[in-house]
Amino acid sequence: MTGQTLEGRSDQPLVDVRNLSVLFDAGRAGFWGRKRLTVHAVENVSFDIRPGETLGLVGESGSGKSTTGRAILGRVPVSQGHIYFQGKEITHAGKNRVRELSRDMQLVFQDPYASLNPRMKIIDIVAEPLRVHGMVKNTKAAAKEVARLLELVGLPPDAGARYPHAFSGGQRQRVGIARALALKPRFIVADEPVSALDVSIRAQVVNLMQDLQAQFGLSYLFIAHDLAVVRHISHRIAIMYAGNIVELAERHLIYDSPVHPYTRALLSAVPVPDPPVQRARQRITCPGEPPNPLNPPSGCRFQSRCPYVTGTCREKAPELARRRPGQMAACWNC
Amino acid sequence: MNTSPKAPLLEVRDLVVNFYTRGGVVQASRGVSFQVDYGQTLGIVGESGSGKSVAVQAVMGLIFNPGRIEGGDIFFKGRSLLDPAGKKRVRQVRGKEIAMIFQDPMTSLNPVFTIGTQITEVLRHHLGMTKDQAKKRAMDLLDMVDINAPEKRLKQYPHEMSGGMRQRVMIAMALACEPQLIIADEPTTALDVTIQAQILELLTDLQQRLNVSVILITHDLGVVAQLCHRVAVMYAGRIVEVGDADPVFAAPVHPYTRGLIRATPRLDAVTDRMVSIDGVPPDLISPPKGCAFFPRCDQAGKACSRMQALIALGDDRHVSCWCAAKEVTR
Repeated sequence: MTGQTLEGRSDQPLVDVRNLSVLFDAGRAGFWGRKRLTVHAVENVSFDIRPGETLGLVGESGSGKSTTGRAILGRVPVSQGHIYFQGKEITHAGKNRVRELSRDMQLVFQDPYASLNPRMKIIDIVAEPLRVHGMVKNTKAAAKEVARLLELVGLPPDAGARYPHAFSGGQRQRVGIARALALKPRFIVADEPVSALDVSIRAQVVNLMQDLQAQFGLSYLFIAHDLAVVRHISHRIAIMYAGNIVELAERHLIYDSPVHPYTRALLSAVPVPDPPVQRARQRITCPGEPPNPLNPPSGCRFQSRCPYVTGTCREKAPELARRRPGQMAACWNC
Repeated sequence: MNTSPKAPLLEVRDLVVNFYTRGGVVQASRGVSFQVDYGQTLGIVGESGSGKSVAVQAVMGLIFNPGRIEGGDIFFKGRSLLDPAGKKRVRQVRGKEIAMIFQDPMTSLNPVFTIGTQITEVLRHHLGMTKDQAKKRAMDLLDMVDINAPEKRLKQYPHEMSGGMRQRVMIAMALACEPQLIIADEPTTALDVTIQAQILELLTDLQQRLNVSVILITHDLGVVAQLCHRVAVMYAGRIVEVGDADPVFAAPVHPYTRGLIRATPRLDAVTDRMVSIDGVPPDLISPPKGCAFFPRCDQAGKACSRMQALIALGDDRHVSCWCAAKEVTR
């Protein structure tokens, strides 16, 4: 059931993020450290995710996409704004509340090599959340549940008895997904789950995630650094640049009629695996590099690289505003 | 020795490289042959562990213990690079006539020397330039790779630069001695997409302007499509298909090439389901006797459990597959 547009569905959003800002203290500088340094990781970001929906969150390194995901899960402190889950505010949830919430919200990590403890057997890795949350009474019940989960993600039944090193990257990522599914969550933040995998394996994992979504009605925040993979899994896509969402739209609108110049540059930056097509493609290279998050420019963050920059862009930051049904963009000139 | 003008710039012939690890002998390169002509860009694509980097590391003499080159030969302009008698000559060739750009510009630049020191070192060592000559040339080189304010940049350390800028410096260093062959090992993998686009644009431009030959190692078929005249697809330590880029992409013959092209997500096509290749690549400690792709191949027949050499399909295209052989004879 992937790929359909969800425009017009009236369900209450599962996750609702309103004007989220995350600032990190980065020490002091200047004479006797009088100047405070603050990393503006995420600023004024708003979006929602509906039940059963996948929102693709795309941005380059340092754009704040992972921080946004982690803020929802209560793993980084929120500086400003509000986060609601199933209608209840969870912005400043305490330790116990975060633990409680983790039954409903889970994280799948990017690096399947670093995110599994090499000294734990697969069965113990997957059973750990079950034990922590008291979902299983004894070892036998845990083993039974783990076997079910491993089958669900397409791993052989004897996988539980082995250690992570015995598995390939794609299989490890399946273990990570099984662990995330153990508590039967409703919402999963997948932080670049396939970026570290080879092309032929990548599709296996993305397809698995789609199947699981169809089976359990999961919602995903699918974080990625380019627009190629998210096209297949997302219903809507948000583009982040230097801590802001610059465009948020239904999937087909992002690809067919992108509005923001950065979205267009991102689309153009992924080469198409077809030589004549790629040679003929008009390539929009955006010169320069993203601004320093310690000292972001006033006005639009994309101004230093934007071909359409005007005076207004330098003075005032554009708000995310509706362009057409199902598409919002933050830009003064497009 | 073959030194006719028709000889390719670089020829790798039946290269065998093994790594002696505690777990066993990893057969990283199991008889790899390819050649690069003057002014040509060859893309070598493959997934992790396919042996694509090992093949070019052998060209650059970067196979170290526990790795050993145990078969085959490498010819640059018709002369062997592996000949023990020509060690001194080979050292002159590597780094001067053949230059390399590495994947991670963060770790391949020395953090304790300025950019200027590192570029001029190459120039003074290989070309015997004086300090002033080298500095002037270094500034020209930075200009060539579109780095602004070269004089200021020369005094900076690598950590003062962004990843994209460092990769530009690496390219400038590779160009320093006007090499005839540049080997770029995943030059854009560590970079963000918009920066990758900038670097690819720069490489395309430089290749055309300087008419230098390039070997581009990558796992991204899109990068090959943009940059390469020819493409070689590697799987489990062997080349499974090689040919001119356009026909290979338009009509891939080897099932693995076909799978790889289909599995690469495209921005210009709508699909709800990604195409995957089931299974995983084989273990190179004990690779299968027959075609290495056999267990994952949907067209595998009985013949596939035997070994298969590269079959010529005409137009300088070769493929290592029984099914392809059948199609040709038909």
